[in-house]
Order: sequence, then C-alpha cells, then structure tokens
Amino acid sequence: MNDLLNNLFWILIFPGFVFTVTCGLLAGWVVRKVTALVHHRIGPPLLQQGYDVMKLLGKETLIPEAAQKVVFIAAPLAGMSGALVLATLLWRNNFATNIPYLGDVIVALYLMAIPSLALILGSSASASPHAAIGASREIKLVISYELALVLALIIVIIKAVGNSKVTGSPLYLSSLAAVTPVFSISGMLAFLVAILCVQAKLGYVPFDAAEAETEIAGGILIEYSGALLAIWQLMQTILLIAFPLFLVTVFMGGFDAGTVSALLLSIGKYVLVLVLLILIKNTNPRMRIDQVMKFFWYYCGPVLGFAIVLAMLGNAYGLGWL
Amino acid sequence: MSWKLWSLKKSPWVFHVNTGACNNCDIEVVNCLTPKFDVERFGIKLVGTPRHADALLVTGVVTRQAAPRLIRAYQQTPKPCVVFAIGACACNLGIFRKGYHVVGPVDKILREVDPNAIIAYVPGCPPKPEAMISGVIKALGAI
Repeated sequence: MNDLLNNLFWILIFPGFVFTVTCGLLAGWVVRKVTALVHHRIGPPLLQQGYDVMKLLGKETLIPEAAQKVVFIAAPLAGMSGALVLATLLWRNNFATNIPYLGDVIVALYLMAIPSLALILGSSASASPHAAIGASREIKLVISYELALVLALIIVIIKAVGNSKVTGSPLYLSSLAAVTPVFSISGMLAFLVAILCVQAKLGYVPFDAAEAETEIAGGILIEYSGALLAIWQLMQTILLIAFPLFLVTVFMGGFDAGTVSALLLSIGKYVLVLVLLILIKNTNPRMRIDQVMKFFWYYCGPVLGFAIVLAMLGNAYGLGWL
Repeated sequence: MSWKLWSLKKSPWVFHVNTGACNNCDIEVVNCLTPKFDVERFGIKLVGTPRHADALLVTGVVTRQAAPRLIRAYQQTPKPCVVFAIGACACNLGIFRKGYHVVGPVDKILREVDPNAIIAYVPGCPPKPEAMISGVIKALGAI
C-alpha cells in the first residue's frame, strides 16, 4: 500500500505530472521566445504556454462524425501516459541512483515510441485525408529515425561496457548516467545523430513533415480541438522535458541534483541541449519525407557504423577518447 | 469573468479564411506576424485549421462558391469563437457590391446559420495592421 502511494506520488506530483508539466511549460516558452529572438521579434509572455493549454481545456471539443470515436479519444490519453511514465522513469533514475532496478534503456526506448504511435493511431482514427497523409508520414519518420537512434545507443552501451566506473548492468539508465560518452569521438558522433533523432521525435523543423501546417494544415492533429488538443499539447510539453533529459542522461553524464553546483551544471546541460534543438529548428527548411529517410539511413547509418567500430577499438585498446 | 474567457483573451489563435479577396487584405494579415508588428506578443498565433482556431479572419466578399465553405469553416470552429470581417469587402461588399458572383457580406452569410455569431468589423481597403490588432483587442475586450 505504501509502495503504491509512493509510486502514485512519483508519477502524479514529483517528479511526474505536476513538476514535469511546470518545467515543460517554461521550456515551451523558451522555445517560442528564442525563436522570436532569432526572428528579431519580442515573443510571447512567460506564461503563454499555460494560457494556451488552459484555453484549449475550456473550449468545445468537436469529434468528427466519421471518426472511430474510442480510438480518437483514447489516443491522446495513451500518448500522454507514455510520455509521463518516460519522464518519471528518467527523473527517478537520475535522482535515486541507489534503487537497484528502475527500468533500463530498452524500456526507455519503448516508452519513447509510444507518443509517436499514439499520434499515428489518433490521426488515423480521425477520418480526415490530411490526417491520413500526416499519419503515413509519421510512420515513415518513425522507421527512419529509430534505426539511427538504436545505433547511437549501442555506442553508448559499448562505452559503458568499457568504463570501469559502471558497476550494474551496462543497460541500466543509472549506469549509463555514470559515463559521459560525449567526450569521445564516437560518443560525439552518436550524440549529434541522437539530437537529430530527438528533433524528429519532437516533430520540429526540419523533420516536421507529419505536422506541416502550411502544407497539410496540421496533418496528424488536424481534427483535434478543445480538451483533446490540450492533452496533445501537454504530451508535447512533457516530451520537451523528457527527450532532452534522455540525451543528458545517456550522453552527458546524467542530471545530478545532489548539490547546488551540480544542479546548476545539470540545468546547464539541459538548456544546452534545448537551445541546440531550437537553433536547428530555426535555421533549417522542412525536409520531404523521402529526404528524411535517405538522411537517416544513408548518411547517419554509415557514420554511426564507423563510430561503433571506433568505440569497440577504443574499448579493446583502452583508449577512452576514441 | 470566467477562466475560460480570461484564457481565451490571453491566447486567441486565428485562422485565415479567404472568401474571395483581392489578396490585398491577405498581405496585410500576414504583415501582422512580421517582426514589426509581432502579434505573438499578445499570444495571437496563426494556425492551419479551423478546429484549432478561436477566431476566423475572413477577408473579401463572400462569393457564391465560397459561401458554403465559409459556413463549414465556421461550423468546424470550436465555440466560443469570434469572426473578424477584415476589409471593406468583408464588412459591406465594397466595390464588388454589384458583382454577379457576390452573395453577400460575411455577417449576412454567418447570421443565416448562427444568429448569435460574434462578428467584429475592421474596415479599410486594406486595413492597416495596427487597425487589425486594435480590432482584435477591442473585440476580445467586448466579449
């Protein structure tokens, strides 16, 4: 009973829903503000993301007549639950490293796929041709980046195997958080590709072909309105924390909140990843879906294969910087 | 004031409907998003579909072809929503008053399907971006 209450507290209050959503709304504001600064604009006020969600919750929710209603309503909830569990898992692994098993990187990989799958389900259920195009593009996007992301994670795991600091299984998130592969050649390559994968997972330009407001009018989210759209927004908000946090955990030595200076350093890492994401978002045009696939498979794939060889050589000869 | 209206005023998302405009008003609508006017300061955002919108920016006289589409776009917008008739044509037909293809001004078409539609008028040919921003702020203040 006590365990159950504890788990609920983790998922719903801290570090789950309330905490992550609060941070995520602020991060969402940072995204819009930095975008505005890049455009030489002033940008929205601090609480704008909060106003948006609040307004959507208060609006009428329209459900298309031809839609598969159960899936249409359940998809946003499923997506948000997946995002929420992912965020809680990552925070707990960073805050409480003494707990033996809290899910490994494979669990995180599966949880990271849930929001995309929910988007595909929800948009396919909405009976709109634009949403169908968006869904098919999202499927192709998932197929494109998953390969690159898994290859990048293999490099991190190889690095963890070769590191003497790692005590538990090298698949545990807590052991991956103990190493910083970004300070090596192969780890850096893996990090650069992983950040592009996260860009695609968040649906940011240049990988926003599935949403493409100017082209297919919102694509996957076109038929959603009111409270259901608000739930999608909350999911994006949580993911905006979870994905950069995943990169920080896996590549940059984890989010350590033990002391004040460590906490500041960790927030610095998170903001660094976030600003990188925003700058890539604002300096690139949208790619067609076939270009995305080519990019991830033909360019990122071989680069990561090379990086895997480098990492294994580094392990074999004890060269940490390779 | 209820929290619904309060938050609506803080973040009105707009959808742009062209019902037969000469493109002049459209250019001025897009002008509002430029760094010079930057309507995102007020939380105003241009969205791609009426389902996400809180306000419809209608430009141009309503032509025979566009009338049913305008009505559908209005019905697909979740309520509460505000309709802005942007420019002289949308307000009262302007120089196209006697055109063979013209059905009527925006308010007449929308009042036929929803007598309680909230409609704001921003006259001008084309209205300046300042006029549009002031119109949006005034209309939101009035609900």
